[in-house]
Amino acid sequence: MAEPPILAVKGVKTFYGAIQALHGVDLEVARGEIVALIGANGAGKSTLLMTICGNPRARAGAVQFDGEDITALPTHEIVRRGVAQVPEGRRIFPRMSVFENLQMGATLADPAHFSHDLERVFAMFPRLAERRDQRGGTLSGGEQQMLAISRALMSRPRLLLLDEPSLGLAPLIVRQIFEAIGRIAREEGVTIFLVEQNAYHALRLADRGYVLANGRVRLSGGGRELLANAEVRAAYLEGGHP
Amino acid sequence: MAYFSQQLINAITLGAIYGLIAVGYTMVYGIIGMINFAHGEVFMIGAFISLIGFMICGLLGIGSAPVAILLVLLMAMAFSAVYGWAIERTAYRPLRGSFRLAPLISAIGVSIALQNYVQLVQGARPKPGGDVVSGGFNLFSADGFDVRVTWLQIIIVLVTVVLMMGFTWLIARTPLGRRQRACEQDMKMAALLGVNVDRTISLTFVLGAALAAVAGMLFLMYYGVIDFFIGFLAGIKAFTAAVLGGIGSLPGAMLGGLLIGLIEVFWAAYFSSEYKDVAAFAILVLVLIFRPSGLLGKPEIEKV
Repeated sequence: MAEPPILAVKGVKTFYGAIQALHGVDLEVARGEIVALIGANGAGKSTLLMTICGNPRARAGAVQFDGEDITALPTHEIVRRGVAQVPEGRRIFPRMSVFENLQMGATLADPAHFSHDLERVFAMFPRLAERRDQRGGTLSGGEQQMLAISRALMSRPRLLLLDEPSLGLAPLIVRQIFEAIGRIAREEGVTIFLVEQNAYHALRLADRGYVLANGRVRLSGGGRELLANAEVRAAYLEGGHP
Repeated sequence: MAYFSQQLINAITLGAIYGLIAVGYTMVYGIIGMINFAHGEVFMIGAFISLIGFMICGLLGIGSAPVAILLVLLMAMAFSAVYGWAIERTAYRPLRGSFRLAPLISAIGVSIALQNYVQLVQGARPKPGGDVVSGGFNLFSADGFDVRVTWLQIIIVLVTVVLMMGFTWLIARTPLGRRQRACEQDMKMAALLGVNVDRTISLTFVLGAALAAVAGMLFLMYYGVIDFFIGFLAGIKAFTAAVLGGIGSLPGAMLGGLLIGLIEVFWAAYFSSEYKDVAAFAILVLVLIFRPSGLLGKPEIEKV
């Protein structure tokens, strides 16, 4: 029997009150893959990531993690199974230090690995080590993004969900962040599901991609393949990158 | 000078009691953004449980005051914690996610229900508590006036200081306190990191209720008489203290409690004791007008 995909989203419909944000989304992420989800503002990308984590909850359809149905589980039970999210807007705890934010990331981790994992993320982002005792709210946008990614890694997730890690960052920092994401996937074997408006960087990094429009999957294919697709280029890349 | 010193000692004692109650208001507000108007009633119930506890100690023949106080303290904290937990579970949690006023109205309902419950079960007449600790010593004499500190006052201040220090340590240094602060700053994110938010909120109510119960026991010992209605005034003054210190701020609640104690006692000492409550509440009005975030309140704007 084939091993189940680490994440399977099947016909998921999500509502905010009476407003429907997702109109039946189907997609799969296999173990070890980097999968990108691109789409315009308001397409439902962030809603999908939050629905995977159970807040808001899917009103129809199912979310499966490693073959197990997690649609109805509370958020803290979903993440306990090995999902971590770097959410939209980073959501650093502003009145906690960098160190405490990382401690929060390790809420579910075995305390025995804490110092090892701390060294690992500090090696990946040395800036965080310098800012260790600074309050999260006073960090720059790029530093906050580094912290949000590091915080998510502290739980040793099997699936990392990233919501627009490049948003609002300078091009140089964006490149650093994407390099780090690639390293996390290759060196640590973490499966990555990445949501981006920055289609160019995301699709170049990804093994596969999906295009979401108006709450539905519009296109799917290999990363490079989508990057070459005329429709994708017209809608998400024109005027951006070569 | 002697009169002033005596009033200062009295004020610090009273402020300690208000501070203990105020912590419960400020913590609950910090985490779920609601004023728990039933908190004063938890304090009142803590006082009644202590009354019963001291009677049980008397029946069991526990003569040693420190042992009795410690036993009653633990008993009042444990029982009141159950009340705090049950109130949140039944009256507030089902309303989470509904409109902002709903839990507030529910809180007022719980408050009225608890008052009437205690009135029915314990009777409406004031209950004397008896002397558990008596005596004291003269600090100094001046202007023909003895400045006196009672052992009880020392116990009250000591118990408060120890609890506040323990509590501050709990919030600032332990994983449990860190989870509590995380929920306070961003509940959705805390859940995404695996924090059981519902349990953390319950715990906040439990801790606040336990501190209020200690205040109830100290109140009973200090004033020697309680009734089913003491929660109203003490609760609203502690709430004033929490607002004065900056609602949501833990050191603010302690500072606010102390200040309300000082204002009330000195107003009564130098102006008129009939209007001491008016003085305390006038402060509430002034703070709300001129400094709504309180003395140590967090600024509204945060760099994101």
